[in-house]
Amino acid sequence: MAAESSTGSAHEIVRLENARKIYQMGAEEVRALDGVNVSFERGSFWAIMGPSGSGKSTMMNVLGCLDRLSSGAYYLDGKDVSQLDDDALSELRLSYLGFIFQSFNLIPQLTVQRNIELPLYYLGWDAVRSARRAKELAEVVGLGDRLNHRPTELSGGQMQRVAVARALTNDPQIIFADEPTGNLDSATGEQIMELLDNLNRQGKTIIMVTHEPDIAAHARNRLHMMDGGIDRIEMETHETDEPYQEYLARR
Amino acid sequence: MRQTNLIRNIWLGVENLLLHKLRSFLTMLGVVFGVGSVVAMLSVGEGASQEALEQIRKLGSNNIILSSLKPVEDEQASTTRSRMSIYGLTYADLDRIASSFKNISHVAPVKLMRKEARLHDRAMELRLVGTTPDWFELVPREVVAGRVIVPSDQDRQAPVAVLTEFGARKILATRSTIGQTVRIGGDAFEVIGIVRSETSQGESMQIPDQNVDIYIPIEVARKYFGDIVFRRTAGAHEREKVELHQIIIRVDDAERVEATAAGIESMLERFHARRDYAMSVPLALLKQAEATKRTFNIVLGSIAGISLLVGGIGIMNIMLASVTERTREIGIRRAIGAKRRQIIVQFLIETVVLSTFGGLIGLGVGVLIPFLITYFSGMVTVVTLNGILLPLFISMAIGIVFGLYPAMNAAKVDPIIALRHE
Repeated sequence: MAAESSTGSAHEIVRLENARKIYQMGAEEVRALDGVNVSFERGSFWAIMGPSGSGKSTMMNVLGCLDRLSSGAYYLDGKDVSQLDDDALSELRLSYLGFIFQSFNLIPQLTVQRNIELPLYYLGWDAVRSARRAKELAEVVGLGDRLNHRPTELSGGQMQRVAVARALTNDPQIIFADEPTGNLDSATGEQIMELLDNLNRQGKTIIMVTHEPDIAAHARNRLHMMDGGIDRIEMETHETDEPYQEYLARR
Repeated sequence: MRQTNLIRNIWLGVENLLLHKLRSFLTMLGVVFGVGSVVAMLSVGEGASQEALEQIRKLGSNNIILSSLKPVEDEQASTTRSRMSIYGLTYADLDRIASSFKNISHVAPVKLMRKEARLHDRAMELRLVGTTPDWFELVPREVVAGRVIVPSDQDRQAPVAVLTEFGARKILATRSTIGQTVRIGGDAFEVIGIVRSETSQGESMQIPDQNVDIYIPIEVARKYFGDIVFRRTAGAHEREKVELHQIIIRVDDAERVEATAAGIESMLERFHARRDYAMSVPLALLKQAEATKRTFNIVLGSIAGISLLVGGIGIMNIMLASVTERTREIGIRRAIGAKRRQIIVQFLIETVVLSTFGGLIGLGVGVLIPFLITYFSGMVTVVTLNGILLPLFISMAIGIVFGLYPAMNAAKVDPIIALRHE
């Protein structure tokens, strides 16, 4: 089903090789990703930045297994997933990945507990275990007393906490955050970023899309995109800048 | 493969439908009325046909009934001048039939006339039936008191009479009347028994017995009253000579009833210059009634089917709207890791829950309607198990058929687009 990456290291969690995503908009061809090569390490915290239309959303969707490449390879945890079908990608999202969105994306008719439990429902957990797990996670994000509320009864910050809890339910390898603070005021946004910082400290790989430099500053690595390609990369924690040179060379 | 529990799925579907109680209820109405009308129509139809079949069975399914019929020409002639019309079945016909067909087990001749019966000081015009002991074999009736006519009565031409319960009541005859004398048209008859009367409706069916009959041996009837009947109507004299009014024949095997009937028919044709008799074969009527019932069921079924179809389309319409409304929810579920199949199952279950629940309510309505019909109009209605299971099964099937398209639409939702749309 998946081939071992020839070049991947043991620390590497995602790797794109010559990744292309081309949309056909009428007669026009839009190259959302145009031959991207990139590799993120396990446990790293990346911010993907760039102006709108730069391809950062497409990048996120591809890495999050929501979208498939037109050509090129995507290695997730060492396995090539670029040729997988819809069911297999769903399965990957269910067991490996967690998502946090700008507009929270909670299901309004479900209670906080039910929202947090949602991945477990598809994972086939029974109701009792699911409830216990949901309660645990609600406490982690500081909403242990809001389990039976509906999302509409919560503030924006609280809703995003629920979303963070939901993203953690399946104990994912990677958490994707798409403008997680975009709909929040700066104080609440900071609180959410602290949550993410904590998660990263506990070893979770976090890939975040944002256009706010303040928010991006939380990430230790920043990938700037432009016209479907990588503009530049900032890596705070890396001892050498060799990979950066490598990326540039590949472009 | 991970299995999500079906009962949990159903429960989630119910919860979701309860969020919009009024909408769910209105959506169900189509199926409610569809199923209700199916159940009600089936039970009314079933009741009507059972009643018809019961009446035919009363005639005896192995019987062939021949009746004398006044030809149309005579009918017209008798109004203008007074003359005697001679028509109908004869003793010769009876003998020929009895001796020619070996499949016949019983033959009973019947003479009918209206005579006044008088018991003490009560008088009443009753239908006098002159017949043989075989009659009581062919048209079995429970004996309430005394006995019926036996061959020895016939042999000694005894003036004996058997009353029907209903007729007996009219002239105030009771159990103790047995052995007493009833005067019929001036002659004395000994009452030997009373039999249960059956309420029969409509002579169109040519049911051979009526509830005010009085039975006497046929030889006695012929000797005392003759074959000629006088009738005085609107100033004109009318005289009729009819030897036998009916001949009832029983065939030993149901398979041969129709062949024997055809044989008798062609035989009578040869000896009767005019068509002065009629033949009715209950078995043929039975088959006809069953064919009618089938047609009736098909017609009812199609009407009910159309109303169920309309109900199904109503459900589909709402589910399509619901899918559009819940695009974002679907996107969220897909992003989290729900497979297309799981989205299909979710929406399909919601539709099936909706239609099945509608079906159950419809069943309640459908059972209530025949009950009310029976209560207020006295019409017989029969709710059969099939009449319940079929519509219920159909309502579930409607949920699947009309839920499939909206569910497929739901599964086609692209999570990327769904999550982007605000």
